[in-house]
Amino acid sequence: MTAPFIRIENLRKVFRVSGRELVAVQDVTLDIRQGELVSLVGPSGCGKSTVLSILAGLLSADGGTVEIGNAENPFTPGRDIGMVFQKALLLKWRTILDNVMLPAEILGLPRRETRERARDLLQMVGLGDFAEAYPQQLSGGMQQRAAIARALVHDPKLILMDEPFGALDALTREKMNLELLRIWRESRKTILFVTHGIQEAVFLGSQVAVMTAGPARMADQFHIELPEPRHLDVKTTEAFGAYARRIYGLLGLS
Amino acid sequence: MGRYRGYLYAFLAHVGFVLVWHFAVVWSGVPKFIMPTPLDALRELFEPHYNWGTHIWVTTLEVFGGFTLAAVVGVAMAVLFVWLPGANAALMPLLVTLNMVPKVAMAPLFVIWLGFGIVPNMIIAFTICFFPIVLTTYRGLVEVEPELINLVKSVRANRWQIFTKIQLPGSLPYLFSGMKVAAVLAVAGAIVGEFIASDRGLGNFLLIQQNMLNTGAMVMALILITLIGTALYGVVLALEWVFVTRKEVAK
Ligand SMILES: Nc1ncnc2c1ncn2[C@@H]1O[C@H](COP(=O)(O)OP(=O)(O)OP(=O)(O)O)[C@@H](O)[C@H]1O
Ligand SMILES: [Mg+2]
Repeated sequence: MTAPFIRIENLRKVFRVSGRELVAVQDVTLDIRQGELVSLVGPSGCGKSTVLSILAGLLSADGGTVEIGNAENPFTPGRDIGMVFQKALLLKWRTILDNVMLPAEILGLPRRETRERARDLLQMVGLGDFAEAYPQQLSGGMQQRAAIARALVHDPKLILMDEPFGALDALTREKMNLELLRIWRESRKTILFVTHGIQEAVFLGSQVAVMTAGPARMADQFHIELPEPRHLDVKTTEAFGAYARRIYGLLGLS
Repeated sequence: MGRYRGYLYAFLAHVGFVLVWHFAVVWSGVPKFIMPTPLDALRELFEPHYNWGTHIWVTTLEVFGGFTLAAVVGVAMAVLFVWLPGANAALMPLLVTLNMVPKVAMAPLFVIWLGFGIVPNMIIAFTICFFPIVLTTYRGLVEVEPELINLVKSVRANRWQIFTKIQLPGSLPYLFSGMKVAAVLAVAGAIVGEFIASDRGLGNFLLIQQNMLNTGAMVMALILITLIGTALYGVVLALEWVFVTRKEVAK
């Protein structure tokens, strides 16, 4: 078996706020294989966003180790990261195409090829006709699709998503879940997906990692074995329900 | 409401205002030296010895010059504050305090320091109108979603890239709202300067005609000052359209 793509071991992060220490991440250990979509669930404030920030190289850890990349899939920090947040964060003075181009521009990638790629990605997320539109002409769900295309434009190896569908209505959210699974299958990216939705975590994840608060640590992580490719009706199956109940149990909700 | 209907209503309101003015004066029988009709005022424009051209030109120079100076210095200062947080911490509060000094009351001092003429009046217009530009532009430059900064930093965006690709274009709507406030103030500044000391300009003309109770010419001067301010406001709106609005309205 090949080495995992991401190894997080006993990760610890402490914030110092006005002289007091606040343990944001106590003890997180997590292995992620290349091409996996891992859902990260946990109560608000348990340190999920902090873990993502450390993986993105935006924060440094105060303890433990984080290793990304293996022999087959070398990882370049500051290059191989794509991020999607709850807000689409599109620049309203740029067209959708130019918004998608942003990370490629920052990295100084060749303009002509990335434009082609950005167009292909817009096609893939179903926004082929909106390349020249401006963000305020798009619905929330469409903006979020553009944000996903933007996260893929520089062909990063790891996509970090922090509650990307948290602000969408339930119906759009279901649709975006299916879209994400399709995009994930087509791109074979490694995705770490933070969510508060337990159903969403089970439905999307090939693996689910559950964090608990006080102290913030990893409660459990397990693989989800459900028929692939996943359809919405899998949610009504006994196996799906069992996974969901297991998470509810870990979070002390059952 | 359709766009053209909106324009029509605005036009009708202006015409209506002039008509109400006219008939209010005519029907109330107020003497002309108290309140002239719009036509009385307009007639003054054809008095060649008033030298309208010179006065209009001088005041226009003062207003546009002071405003342009304020826009350039204001934006430069806002950028400086963003790049040097130390300068911001020290100078921003000082600027707020200095802004409390009534600029109008400082005008007599300016006359002592700079004498009188077009340039001193430009500077008075500048001091009165540059603060809103600094303040709004600075706000626009720093008001960026922290998560967006994280997103670009994850691909190692440097400060210059963040500044040129996100902060600067993001600050433009703020800059224009500051400039709209400043446009009104610039006119007031130039006229105050002319009131305190001047030998030309519409403000100067206003005072001279006041001594002769020549109300018609005074009202005409007031209309011209208003038109200069409106022209400046129009320039700002046009720039705003090119740089901001055009990109934010649905095609
Ligand atoms: N920059 C910071 N400075 C100080 N404390 C912070 C900082 N960032 C996060 N924290 C604290 O660390 C803890 C974990 O925050 P984090 O944002 O990672 O939680 P989360 O699991 O993402 O929560 P949510 O689900 O609400 O987004 C919280 O108690 C938070 O207040
Ligand atoms: Mg969070």
